[in-house]
Amino acid sequence: MSSLLQVKKVSKHFGGFTALSEVSLDIAQGERFGLIGPNGSGKTTLINCISGTLRNETGSIVFEGREVSRLPAYQRTRLGIARSFQVPRPFASMSVLDNLLVPYEYVEHLKEADAGKQAMDILQRIGLAAKAHAQSNQLSQVELRKLELARAMAARPRLLISDEAMAGLSGAEVDEVLKILFDLNASGITVIMIEHIMQAVMRFSQRVVCLDAGKIICEGTPAEIVKNADVQRAYLGA
Amino acid sequence: MRFWICAAVLAAASFGLALSPVNEYFFYAAYVVLTFVVLATAWNILGGYAGYVNFGTPAFFGIGAYAATLLFKSLGAPLAVQIAAGALMGGLLGFGVGMLTLRLRGIFFAIATVAVVFIMETLMINWRYVGGATGLQLLRPEVIAPFENYIRMLFVVMAWMGIAGVAIARYVQDSWIGRGLRALRDSEEAAEACGVPTLKLKLFACTVMGGLMGAAGAPMPMYLSFIEPASTFNLNYTIGALGGAIIGGMSHWLGPIIGALLLGSLQQIVTVTISGEVNVLIVGVLLVLFVVLAPEGILGLLKKIMPRSR
Repeated sequence: MSSLLQVKKVSKHFGGFTALSEVSLDIAQGERFGLIGPNGSGKTTLINCISGTLRNETGSIVFEGREVSRLPAYQRTRLGIARSFQVPRPFASMSVLDNLLVPYEYVEHLKEADAGKQAMDILQRIGLAAKAHAQSNQLSQVELRKLELARAMAARPRLLISDEAMAGLSGAEVDEVLKILFDLNASGITVIMIEHIMQAVMRFSQRVVCLDAGKIICEGTPAEIVKNADVQRAYLGA
Repeated sequence: MRFWICAAVLAAASFGLALSPVNEYFFYAAYVVLTFVVLATAWNILGGYAGYVNFGTPAFFGIGAYAATLLFKSLGAPLAVQIAAGALMGGLLGFGVGMLTLRLRGIFFAIATVAVVFIMETLMINWRYVGGATGLQLLRPEVIAPFENYIRMLFVVMAWMGIAGVAIARYVQDSWIGRGLRALRDSEEAAEACGVPTLKLKLFACTVMGGLMGAAGAPMPMYLSFIEPASTFNLNYTIGALGGAIIGGMSHWLGPIIGALLLGSLQQIVTVTISGEVNVLIVGVLLVLFVVLAPEGILGLLKKIMPRSR
């Protein structure tokens, strides 16, 4: 399989705190990739560096053969890296439908009418069609998570980074979101999943990497990861 | 279409009014009110749509006024050229200030814009050619044909400028630019993740705002036949611009018009009937009332009363 995203020795500091130290990853085209680690281990910092919300200090990030680590976030989105946010960030003053028009207009440069049609398609697929004209600040938690994913999908990504899209959801809702992510992957989108719900990551991922204190401590199939002594120590304490 | 018909009717009406035998004082007062309509409309493009509160209105207004003064004194440039120069300088200042400060968010941006006012005022106080601290007396040129005096002509100019400014604000609001600005107001990170070039859009909004404010300031020296720094860079313009937008409502281009017309007219009436000091007090009280009781302004109140209409 050819590689879609290469993260090479990426480091990031916040003052004296080392959030990431020389992290390297290689993610293949079409892969379902899981990223786990305890709170504060650097998962979100890493995807902030990949998506451009933060700039990495050293190392490089190569997406489809192109160095992207100096590009602003919006250009990376246009190249095909989309993300959802850990804490949902809807455009609260807009309706659900209008939320999706933003990526359609700014990534694909569609006219409003065409964008509206395609946005309704996505809402239908993701199960938010009934709420299309609701104000986005009146959604429930699971609807907000879906909106985050829908907005990321509207940017027509080749790589989707889902940052804890299932945090705080019930069992049935987790299944619903998982199904959406499986469907997206089946349509050819590479997915990086960051998640605390182990059962979900383990079911979803083909390969899992565990971060602890800004370093990769383990990499392997889900079955290998759960057996790994370092992972158990990072989560449960020595 | 309906908008353009209304605009044409208003443009013609202002022209007709200026030729009619209405009391002279009306035009003196209306010019100031219309100036605030332009300022509030301009302010709302960055402050309302993008959520970046700008206290620097007098800097942009003032650079327009001084650009006009400079051209008039050195070359005797006609009013249209003065206004074009004011818009250009205001736009350039907006772009420059934006480059330096739009990376700052929220309150930090607001504070930086206050500093720009003091920088501009200090520069003009020390520039002898345009009058320095004492100011400069200007002799108005002959008035152009159909108008019987200069103030009537300036009234029409400012009315047309208001219509043009509103048309620009309306275009920005209804286009993809407006959606991008609203997106970045709601969440800058999420907007970037949706492909919105936030810095570029903010710079655009700041430049347009500066240009409109500069244009609004350009005829001021001719209106007063005088210019001096203290009144040109007066913080009353800050209050008038953001007050008009807040009182009217910041979500729609109609808001600043309604707010500025009400606030400006009220100020004029109070200045004449009570006193100039009381009018400042009234603006303050109104602002507090609206921020506390109707944060979405008059438009927000109307929406509550008539939930169907937009």
